[in-house]
Amino acid sequence: MVKYILIPLLPFIAFVINILFGRNHIKDKAHWIAVPAVFASFILAVSAFMDVLGGKVININIYSWIVSGDFNVSIGFLIDQLTAVMLMVVTSISTLIFIYSIGYMHGDGGYYRFFAYLSLFVFSMLILVMANNFLLLYFGWEAVGLCSYFLIGFWFHKKSAADAGKKAFIVNRFGDFGFGLGVILIFLTFGSLEYVKVFENAGSVAGQTISILGYQFDTITVICLLLFCGAVGKSAQLPLHVWLPDAMEGPTPVSALIHAATMVTAGVFMVARSSPLFNLSASAMATVAVVGGVTAIFAATIALVQNDIKRVIAYSTVSQLGYMFLALGVGAYTAGIFHLYTHAYFKALLFLASGSVIHALHDEQNMQKMGGLKKYMPITYWVFILASLSISGIPGFAGFFSKDEILWRAYLSGGLGRFLWFLAAAAALLTAFYSFRLIYLTFHGKFRGTPEQERHLHESPPVITVPLMILAVGAVAAGWVGIPPIFLEHADRIGEFLAPVLGHPAGEGSHAEELAVMGISIIAGLAGILIAYIMYIRKTDLPGKLGAMFQPVYRLLYNKYWVDELYGKTIVQPTLKASDRIILGFFDAKIIEGIVNGVPALIGAFSRRFRTIQTGLLSSYGLAMVLGAMFIIGFWIFLR
Amino acid sequence: MENIILNSLGYPILTWTVFLPVIGAVLLLFLKQANVIRWTSLGVTVATFVISLPLLSNFDKSTYKMQFVERHEWIPSWGINYFIGIDGISILFIFLTTVLSILCVLVSWKAIETKTKEFHIAILTMEAGMLGVFVALDFFLFYLFWEAMLIPMFLLIGVWGGQNRVYAAIKFFLYTLVGSVLMLVGIVVLYFYGGRTLDILALSSMQYPVTLQYWLFIAFFAAFAVKVPMFPVHTWLPDAHTEAPTAGSVILAGVLIKMGAYGFLRFSMPMLPDATRFFMWPVLILSIIAIIYGALVCFAQKDFKRLIAYSSVSHMGFVTLGLFALNTQGLEGGILQMLNHGIVTGAMFLMIGMIYERTHTRVIADYGGFARLVPWYAGFFIILTLASIGLPSTNGFIGEFLIIFSAFKAKKLLGVFAATGIILGAGYMLRLYQNIFFEKPKPDYEKEGHHPVWDLNAREVITLIPLIVLVFWIGFYPNAFLSYMHASVQHLIEQVNQTAYAGQESLIAEYIREIF
Repeated sequence: MVKYILIPLLPFIAFVINILFGRNHIKDKAHWIAVPAVFASFILAVSAFMDVLGGKVININIYSWIVSGDFNVSIGFLIDQLTAVMLMVVTSISTLIFIYSIGYMHGDGGYYRFFAYLSLFVFSMLILVMANNFLLLYFGWEAVGLCSYFLIGFWFHKKSAADAGKKAFIVNRFGDFGFGLGVILIFLTFGSLEYVKVFENAGSVAGQTISILGYQFDTITVICLLLFCGAVGKSAQLPLHVWLPDAMEGPTPVSALIHAATMVTAGVFMVARSSPLFNLSASAMATVAVVGGVTAIFAATIALVQNDIKRVIAYSTVSQLGYMFLALGVGAYTAGIFHLYTHAYFKALLFLASGSVIHALHDEQNMQKMGGLKKYMPITYWVFILASLSISGIPGFAGFFSKDEILWRAYLSGGLGRFLWFLAAAAALLTAFYSFRLIYLTFHGKFRGTPEQERHLHESPPVITVPLMILAVGAVAAGWVGIPPIFLEHADRIGEFLAPVLGHPAGEGSHAEELAVMGISIIAGLAGILIAYIMYIRKTDLPGKLGAMFQPVYRLLYNKYWVDELYGKTIVQPTLKASDRIILGFFDAKIIEGIVNGVPALIGAFSRRFRTIQTGLLSSYGLAMVLGAMFIIGFWIFLR
Repeated sequence: MENIILNSLGYPILTWTVFLPVIGAVLLLFLKQANVIRWTSLGVTVATFVISLPLLSNFDKSTYKMQFVERHEWIPSWGINYFIGIDGISILFIFLTTVLSILCVLVSWKAIETKTKEFHIAILTMEAGMLGVFVALDFFLFYLFWEAMLIPMFLLIGVWGGQNRVYAAIKFFLYTLVGSVLMLVGIVVLYFYGGRTLDILALSSMQYPVTLQYWLFIAFFAAFAVKVPMFPVHTWLPDAHTEAPTAGSVILAGVLIKMGAYGFLRFSMPMLPDATRFFMWPVLILSIIAIIYGALVCFAQKDFKRLIAYSSVSHMGFVTLGLFALNTQGLEGGILQMLNHGIVTGAMFLMIGMIYERTHTRVIADYGGFARLVPWYAGFFIILTLASIGLPSTNGFIGEFLIIFSAFKAKKLLGVFAATGIILGAGYMLRLYQNIFFEKPKPDYEKEGHHPVWDLNAREVITLIPLIVLVFWIGFYPNAFLSYMHASVQHLIEQVNQTAYAGQESLIAEYIREIF
């Protein structure tokens, strides 16, 4: 049991040591604390994975966390097949990114702080995937949000970085608003928050309704949609995707770790984890699928025209996460998790490799000022190629197997699913296009930067390139654990492994259909690459011409559909204005304070009037006395 | 009486706890040197804290009964007794008061240079008054302590406060007094109706006609709502908190405004159950308004201290929301949130006081980039910020979660509205944090060679550490605190669910006649 507790605890200890003693004592040796800790976590995770592979599922409560009346929730861990896969993904990629950061963050003033936050992040993510109940999941959920706040805003002296960190946290809070209510509703419905108990009773709750504003809603559907709100926030799906591209303000290892490989996958993990609930609600599933499918193509279109190398990859992350949700929504949970796992490798690789480029160019991120880097940075170039082939779904590479599985499952689900399949297949073409546009702009052609930059161009040191090469192995081979039965019987290892938790996807299709669907996605991928090749290698004047020809479309995409501006105008500005002018300026200051200060003022005004009758003249007092006496006597005589 | 457990420690522990600060205050009268006064004051507050500790360890958590009870006849002809004791609702506030008092003395070490003696006398009498309110089981005694608190607080604001101190002090005094007078009327009515007794427990176990309950509820509500403060009678709070010296703000935010909520728990709910259930909805709606309104106002603040002050309106909205949801999670969450707010907002005011000693400005726009200038300070402040916005692992999460849970349980829509508070809270607090700590420092603060601002010193760190420890202690193991409440809250829920006998309207005429 101690072994399992140590998995999250070791990075946490590393965090505490670095944050307390980093500034004055450890300084630039912070990685000596953080890296061994996360590596040890990785080793323990492998051991836990082996235990699960041997048929063991661990579910332990460590201590009772909150007890209040009938509400009772514990700190406890569940390590089953799903968690085991997540543990492997999180700890292996974290370890590589930690090592990479030694080189990338070298010499930064906040070096110790960086490793402290990274360790805290790993701790949070591990809590998130290891929790055995929804409230502890929420704990990890919020904690990774906090870490992203720290890490996006790591260079907080830049206003843009501080803004982006804040934006990430607050946008996520919109999602968590729903998630939190979902957790509460789960408890009120099931009387427990433990996964095992909730899922056991899920069937008996099906069909129950709750009344909201007098309308009856299916309880499970409401729960699922509320949970999905959280997933939309954390996994940057429409309409809460706006924080992720801005999150690129953080150092590149952060982008790789948090905003590609692990944190954003939390939403996918959570929905997969809650699959016994989602399975009971067709409308919730359809919502998940539609949001996923639409986000996949929406984000891909934006990525087509961006010039910031990290932004392209960021939008590609949003798009790929859309694929995962599409898979979950059509009931292919294993395909979703499979894509999560392969994506983690090639996306971490893409980010870290782009970090290598940015590093070489002294923080230049605009691809229009790059070009021709192939000969200066061969390792970076080749790993970039491998990762891009993987994301483009070229057969044999990791991304091919997982993406193909998603497309096939979407196609099989029929009806709405077939439409979403079409969107996703179109997005696959766009994916290949923007991925190779990035490569051609960055590595091919002539160098378009300053001569000063050109003189310093160099390949990155081994501490950076070795993690890249290890990840490249993953980007190529990670998919081989999920080879579809059409090619090789019993080679879909990951599907078999996850089946006890996530079940088998429904639907059967003919081999011919499956091959046709596969063929379409391969053609889409190749076509995307070809178009990129034509536009950016052969006829380099074409992008400019097209941009001019379709000016409105180009501007729409370049400005990301103006979603940020829309939120600014409709949510942010009105809130600030209302609080300043209406609530504080008018209601608080004028109405309430008006009454509070007005009553004494009124009393004061009265007393000012009445005190004039105290004239101090005996004659006027005498007059008043006589008049008063006459009045009283008159009253007695005449009116009694 | 069967519902009390007499003090069996062999010495009157509660009397010692309450009156030690008074003895200390008298002692200070004879001292001259400022430093001797400070050390004595510190010694007295620490001693009070130490003396109060056996309360926690000897407390019997399994019963709702009043414990450590002391009872002596005082003015028998009027039925007034010296009657004190604590239960699971009040015990944690004793603890909060004694801890915060120590910190108030520490934070005033350098900040208060004028009239040091009088200042510390005010702090100590304040502490005695607050402790008295929480232990009093006799209405006369209670009212005495309740009003006695007002005077040192009025002086703290009026003498050692900021520029607008006189306006703020008078506003605070009048606001509270208006409420208190109505409460006094309520107490007098209860005295005559309850057979000329001021015994709070006896009066709680009686049943009152429904109409009478309504009127009494309104009278008490006036006093308590102002103290909490609930919307719309909150406007004294920003002025008082902002103008008060640091120690005054800490006491105000930490303990004083808890008195209102405590009043609901101790008097309104057990004595007036029918009225409580009747007025539950208006109070809940006012609470929701307070949460959202208080948060929105924070967005518009330009003054560091005033922003935190206004955030109290929002946080106390959560407290009253939980309490009046009238279920276990709400009451326990509400009580815990009172404690949390005392810890977190108290600590924030301490920190604002500390930075003010360095910068002499409270205008947010004058700050910026302080994370670089004062990194340890920034580190402590982010912990408090996170606790304030209810991040899991901090105490704020436990309280807010239980409260939103209870509201959702009572009525779903309430929970939904309350949950918007967590978005707004994150919004204004992170905005504040960014403006103070992030981006580039103002040029004045980055002169070569020496910084005009310096990081926390040892005294300040010692001042903050206890509160930071509590933030995480409650966050990770709230049961240590919740377990004190279970029995008392359960009993309170039973009391609130009693139904009084109806149709006794004519009695109202009777007791009115008796009064005059």
